[in-house]
Amino acid sequence: MIVRAALAVLLLAGPAAATKMDPPPQSTNAPVMSALDVRLKRLESELRCLVCQNQTLADSHAELADDLRREVRELAVAGKSDDEIKAYLVARYGDFVLYRPPVKPVTWMLWFGPFALLAGGGAVGWVVLRRRERAAGSAATDAGGESEKKARKLLDDDEDGGAG
Amino acid sequence: MMRVLRWSIPLGIFVVLVAFLWVGLSRDPREVPSPLIGKPAPAFRLSKLHAPNETLGAADLKGTVWLLNVWASWCVSCRVEHPLLVQLAQQNIVPVYGLDYKDQPAAGRAWLTQHGDPYAVSIVDLDGRVGIDYGVYGVPETFVIDKTGIVRYKQIGPITPEALRDKILPLVRELQR
Repeated sequence: MIVRAALAVLLLAGPAAATKMDPPPQSTNAPVMSALDVRLKRLESELRCLVCQNQTLADSHAELADDLRREVRELAVAGKSDDEIKAYLVARYGDFVLYRPPVKPVTWMLWFGPFALLAGGGAVGWVVLRRRERAAGSAATDAGGESEKKARKLLDDDEDGGAG
Repeated sequence: MMRVLRWSIPLGIFVVLVAFLWVGLSRDPREVPSPLIGKPAPAFRLSKLHAPNETLGAADLKGTVWLLNVWASWCVSCRVEHPLLVQLAQQNIVPVYGLDYKDQPAAGRAWLTQHGDPYAVSIVDLDGRVGIDYGVYGVPETFVIDKTGIVRYKQIGPITPEALRDKILPLVRELQR
């Protein structure tokens, strides 16, 4: 998503910035990207080159990337949808070719793990804060009572915990 | 109860973290698990390196356990595993078929003359399309294919003596039964 957004920004910003800086020439001989080229570029930027693993298929100069780009283009020309093209590559190289891993049981941890951790941490923090607040509140209202004993016990607990 | 939780939770998190890092860091990121394992070997029909007028297809090899070794004359690490393949061929345990990947046939033939030819047959994948069907992304790669044409194992990179002894040969023997 980020990659796509960044690419979109680049694609949009590039020509826009250029036209702002100098007046558009009368006759434009600059190569215009066809719809297919744009689509392929977008598709390739979501696919991983397997030889140089941190590059997309669009960026890579590896020979295999050339071959795979050729393959992707041929499939696109043959009328295959983006999903079909991705499925074609996944069947051969696995989910690893996708920069955006699909949501399925194996990748649940990857997708939802951070949120689960955040929720867990939030819950623990909330409980701790609540408890601390309640202890402070009740200690203020009836000093010397039951709650003071409880607070003392908690403090003792704390010291024990610290030592152990 | 609280006291037990107080040290067992951090310890638990620590153990899980260590387990994840232990497994994660010991894996080679260059080894991409093949989705082909357990699936039928992709069909092909390619001309033979030493007899360009004849072809060989995966279907011709039904009924035998065979290895498909992807190699090329331009491939440097192929030289590392090649003596092992030559040795394996002499033992007559399992036929090895060679896929000469994105190579000039003449160069491939010369390379085999120089280094020895362990292959029952070598076939030529000039434009690398069969390689793509097999998910080849680095040469050499070796596939173990069973009697019914199912891919059972993929070795990425050169076959090491350990991989041959501990993984490939035991698997071949099991599949041959």
